[in-house]
Amino acid sequence: MNRPQALCYKIKWGPDTGPPRYDHNNMTFEQQILQYLITGVTVGSIYALIGMGFNIIYNSTEIINFAQGEFVMLGGLLTVSGMQLLHLPVPFAAILAIVGVSLIGITLDRAAIRPPKDPSPITLIIITIGASIFIRGMSSLIWGKEPYPIPAFSGEEPIPFFGAVIQPQSVWVMGVALIVVLSLRQFFGRTLTGKAMMASAVQPRAAKLVGIEASYMVLLSFALSGAVGAAAGIVIAPMSMVQYDMGVMMGLKGFCAAIIGGIGHPLGVVFGGVILGIVESLGAGLISSGYKDAIAFVILLLMLFFRPQGILGKTKGERV
Amino acid sequence: MSIERMGKIGGKFLLLTIMVTMVAMLSVSCAKKAKTPEEYKIGAIFASTGPASMLGLPEKNTAEMLEKSINEGGGINGTKVKLVFYDTGGDATKTVTATKKLIEKDMVDIIIGPTTSGNSLAIIDVVEEAQIPLISAAASVRIIQPVKTWVFKTPQTDVMAVEKIYEKLQKDGVKKIAIITVSNGFGDSGRVQLKNLASKYGLTIVADERYGGKDTDMTVQLTKIKGTDAEAIIAWGTNPGPAVIAKNRKQLGITIPLYNSHGVASKKFIELAGDSSEGTYLPAGKLLIVDQLADTDPQKKVLSEYKWDYEASFNSPANTFGGHAYDAFWIAVKAFENALKNNREPTKEAIRDEIEKLQGFVGTGGIFNFSPEDHNGLTKEGFVLVKIEGGDWTLAE
Repeated sequence: MNRPQALCYKIKWGPDTGPPRYDHNNMTFEQQILQYLITGVTVGSIYALIGMGFNIIYNSTEIINFAQGEFVMLGGLLTVSGMQLLHLPVPFAAILAIVGVSLIGITLDRAAIRPPKDPSPITLIIITIGASIFIRGMSSLIWGKEPYPIPAFSGEEPIPFFGAVIQPQSVWVMGVALIVVLSLRQFFGRTLTGKAMMASAVQPRAAKLVGIEASYMVLLSFALSGAVGAAAGIVIAPMSMVQYDMGVMMGLKGFCAAIIGGIGHPLGVVFGGVILGIVESLGAGLISSGYKDAIAFVILLLMLFFRPQGILGKTKGERV
Repeated sequence: MSIERMGKIGGKFLLLTIMVTMVAMLSVSCAKKAKTPEEYKIGAIFASTGPASMLGLPEKNTAEMLEKSINEGGGINGTKVKLVFYDTGGDATKTVTATKKLIEKDMVDIIIGPTTSGNSLAIIDVVEEAQIPLISAAASVRIIQPVKTWVFKTPQTDVMAVEKIYEKLQKDGVKKIAIITVSNGFGDSGRVQLKNLASKYGLTIVADERYGGKDTDMTVQLTKIKGTDAEAIIAWGTNPGPAVIAKNRKQLGITIPLYNSHGVASKKFIELAGDSSEGTYLPAGKLLIVDQLADTDPQKKVLSEYKWDYEASFNSPANTFGGHAYDAFWIAVKAFENALKNNREPTKEAIRDEIEKLQGFVGTGGIFNFSPEDHNGLTKEGFVLVKIEGGDWTLAE
């Protein structure tokens, strides 16, 4: 690219390139770092959104729902179906998908989590793993193995930002993550239902004594985490496409975010997600993109070894 | 237990063993006699269900279509062809079982398939030991390199796809390239070939990036590439990764051209990447753009006929993978014909020899010239380089 610098912004290059392009193929190092950070925060917000789904169920049942990634996948695929089969515009298809996945969450609770008598959390966790395999298998039969696109919510024209660019969809991802975390915080901290859900996890017997119907709370938490998972799947679909097996990696990364931030901690998961996203993208950018996922899982292991309660999480004894 | 009793049991076992052996031998000889010379058996194993069904189903359809049309046309020198098909579901264990069944129970003369590279590699030992010719429909170059006596394959290899791209880059005067490959068997193999062949075409790889098959965002890798002085990007993966790369490339305002692998040679890529796919290149089998081929192209007739027949029979678009089965089936048929022509009984060995001697066979994947050193028989001319324009492929040469 030996063209004179001064002309770069004026000359329309080539007959077939459409509108004039600002050809700054060479980014400065600072711009590159900025771009890595933007990507990191975007990807981190996705992890955080998924991590929140883990939190909701953990907060009311103390179990880790490993089918959380499948909620994300179902959100995306149901939106695709709403658009293709019912010819709905994206917002309506999205709402329908969120409702649909909540119902699937409720079904999961009624059909798989509720039936075992007096189960230990580990039994229930294994049940959720089984459920995730089942849901994935069913989805591959229903939707096939092909990926599907969803159009970006507000176009794909990138927003310039100090020499780096932000995808419009990234703004959506960050916005939805922010709204969800604030509303959840409000819900668990301020509303009676939210407090009741927390209470039935921390002290099930005491909660029962004051008249909280624990099984109803569990049901509610599955519906809510289904909705949050579906929302995550819908907002990232335009970036990543949706495919029946996307839930595995999504679920694991969301789980990492929740662990790093402190499982059950509403702000911790945002913190954990964003840290994970940034470390991943800086690692891929500055060290090697071949180690991107390895970096995430090494952080997860280190956290589990040295600070299992997470960065913001408190030790269990103090939580009451 | 007394020695006498043990002896009795041993005796009983011996008797039983002898009886079983005799029955087995008898049934084998019976079966051999039962094999009518009025019928040539071709075994086929494709993944018509499971993760690779997108590839395997058109392969199965094609084989069945050819069986019917060859028999309607009088078979091979008047002898009917019988296709014995098993679905592998893409599973290596099932593939091995099906292969053994074809060899031992159905006693086919030749096997075509399987669909995927992993499954093909899994049965190489089985067919080598049983000494039965196999024509695989899978891509990996490892299936035929090093050369195995009984194993052939029809699809073009990665090497040819890489050469087709490099040829264009060299013609455009490009010297520095960036590569971004997916971390799986397909991407790793492509990465190795991209690196091996670069110097032959005067190219330097200035960025060597990887991505995970389920990554949601590739802007980091592309930002890194943007910071180098690369003049072209080559992405090696299957959907949806390359579509995400194409989108991110456009969003980052990267103007250097993007080349994809033959892994995205389907309309799905254009559907997923949308506008971002415009102006990108990829090497593809000629079936994609058969209408644009010059009438002088030696493959045009075969390709148009196959496309027409397939689409008329199954009411769904013909694809390259079905083409691999088409080539495999026809090569098998040619081998039978040539053996008969040379007055040899079409035994497994004769068929194998005839495949190895087959020259100038015009198939959908290219013009096959087999030799004892080359059990694929194709050159990079089996591929064409296409550019995506207006949501469709156009010939870029």
